[in-house]
Amino acid sequence: MKKMLIVETRLYLRDWPSLLFTIGLPVGLLLVLGLSIPVMTEAGTSGERMVDAQLPSMMTLLALLTLACNIVPAVLTTYRERGVLRRMSTTPVHPGRLLGVQLLINLVVGVVSAAILIGAGAVAFGSPLPRQPVAFVFVFLLGSAALLAIGLVIAALAPNGKTAPGIGAVVMFPLMFLGGMWVPREIMPDALRAVSDFSVAGPFAQALKDAWAGQSPELGHLAVVAAGLVIFGGLAVRLFRWE
Amino acid sequence: MKIIEVRNLRKQYPNHVAVEDVSFEVAEGEIFGILGPNGAGKTTTVECVAGLRAPDGGTVQVAGLDPQRDRTELRRVLGMQLQSAELPEKIKVREAMDLYASFYPDPADWSDLIERVGLGGKRDTMFKKLSGGQRQRLSVALALVGRPRVAVLDELTTGLDPQARRDTWELVEQVRDSGVTIVLVTHFMEEAERLCDRLALIDAGKVAATDTPWGLISQVGDEQRVKFRPSAPVDDAVLLALPEVSGVTRSGDQVVVTGSGNLAPTVTLALAQQQIVPEDLRIEQATLDDAFLALTGRKLS
Repeated sequence: MKKMLIVETRLYLRDWPSLLFTIGLPVGLLLVLGLSIPVMTEAGTSGERMVDAQLPSMMTLLALLTLACNIVPAVLTTYRERGVLRRMSTTPVHPGRLLGVQLLINLVVGVVSAAILIGAGAVAFGSPLPRQPVAFVFVFLLGSAALLAIGLVIAALAPNGKTAPGIGAVVMFPLMFLGGMWVPREIMPDALRAVSDFSVAGPFAQALKDAWAGQSPELGHLAVVAAGLVIFGGLAVRLFRWE
Repeated sequence: MKIIEVRNLRKQYPNHVAVEDVSFEVAEGEIFGILGPNGAGKTTTVECVAGLRAPDGGTVQVAGLDPQRDRTELRRVLGMQLQSAELPEKIKVREAMDLYASFYPDPADWSDLIERVGLGGKRDTMFKKLSGGQRQRLSVALALVGRPRVAVLDELTTGLDPQARRDTWELVEQVRDSGVTIVLVTHFMEEAERLCDRLALIDAGKVAATDTPWGLISQVGDEQRVKFRPSAPVDDAVLLALPEVSGVTRSGDQVVVTGSGNLAPTVTLALAQQQIVPEDLRIEQATLDDAFLALTGRKLS
């Protein structure tokens, strides 16, 4: 297990350009948007600045969605297509182990990305650390797991490594929109927000932002994210093909 | 001792029957070939033997294990090289060997193993940079790294150039000499004839015959043909008088003698007695291809 983790991590780092999208892009956007758009660093009516919770939680969502919808399906479908999973199934070690190791590595990359976002916000804008740290960690892990489960379903459905990124993008952009990336959930029309509330990405982003800003996440939001994890996790287990 | 026993194996896919009724036994230490045209059910058969697919009927035993019930145990005694299974592009040879060695309780010394398959100088080479032959040899090394008692090699030399193919054959013989029983799946007659101690001819999901390569060939009769150009005119009667000869035909200045038994030595001796030298002497015998044709009414390739 340890050896597989080491080898897979090395392979992951040999494809380092993907880290530009999962770590570089979110952090870069935080800094560029925060430094160039005045409204981002102006205190709103409640005294909160956009750079403190709204913007970094959106960038965290961006990082996790990229990992879940793009990286995970690309790696796993390629492994399936090339017969890597099948070859492993001829050994005493079940290929499910390789899948678990990949999910773990991607989760760690998500954690690193979020940590750098928090650090960069603190340095560049003097943003406080997430004010509800326990709730923040819980929401982050629950949401990451739910999004990775969606990634597994994409990997299960995509016929090969070439089509996986396309299918991933078709899933990713609506989820980013419903998560409030372009139109913050606060100013969404009611009907749209109602859809967002059930989109996994929407309640996840909301709960993450709440914990970041120091409010308790709403149970309803957490329930939808947890339901997403159960549903998509179950679908992934049912649909995933090793060959 | 029989290390593999397959009885009345049957495997059906939604739209067709891949294996209808296959039975064979493999003795410990032999190279057993499974020969047949594409789509005959060879791969499905060995996949059932290796526990990668559940049979719909019949029984399979490998070293006393049931491939379905004793999943993990089976994988410790049986190594399999899969047809066209690759590795991640950027994994290095040493990393792949080290990783796969870690899957087994008592692995072989992989460093020694990659020397044996001739990849000693390629330890730090990434998989994508290996040639087809090198990939196949790495694949064999990975199938052997768990010190298996049985190695299943599926279409090992398909897509290799003739030199790489011959190198791979030598490797297979070395592996057998180290005491590993080998099941070799192939559609190359030449490969089966050269390597296999015994083989099963499979056609349309059934075993057409099981025997040694020579046994299969002699089943179709041992007719041979000797072709040559005589250095001086030779009378047909001289040749037809020989008991081994059944016919003589000529095309141009070439003489074609058909017959059986010790045909070639008898003919050359008779010619020598007439002070005739057979130039461009060629001996043609029945091949596994002919045996397959005779047994199934179909050509192998």
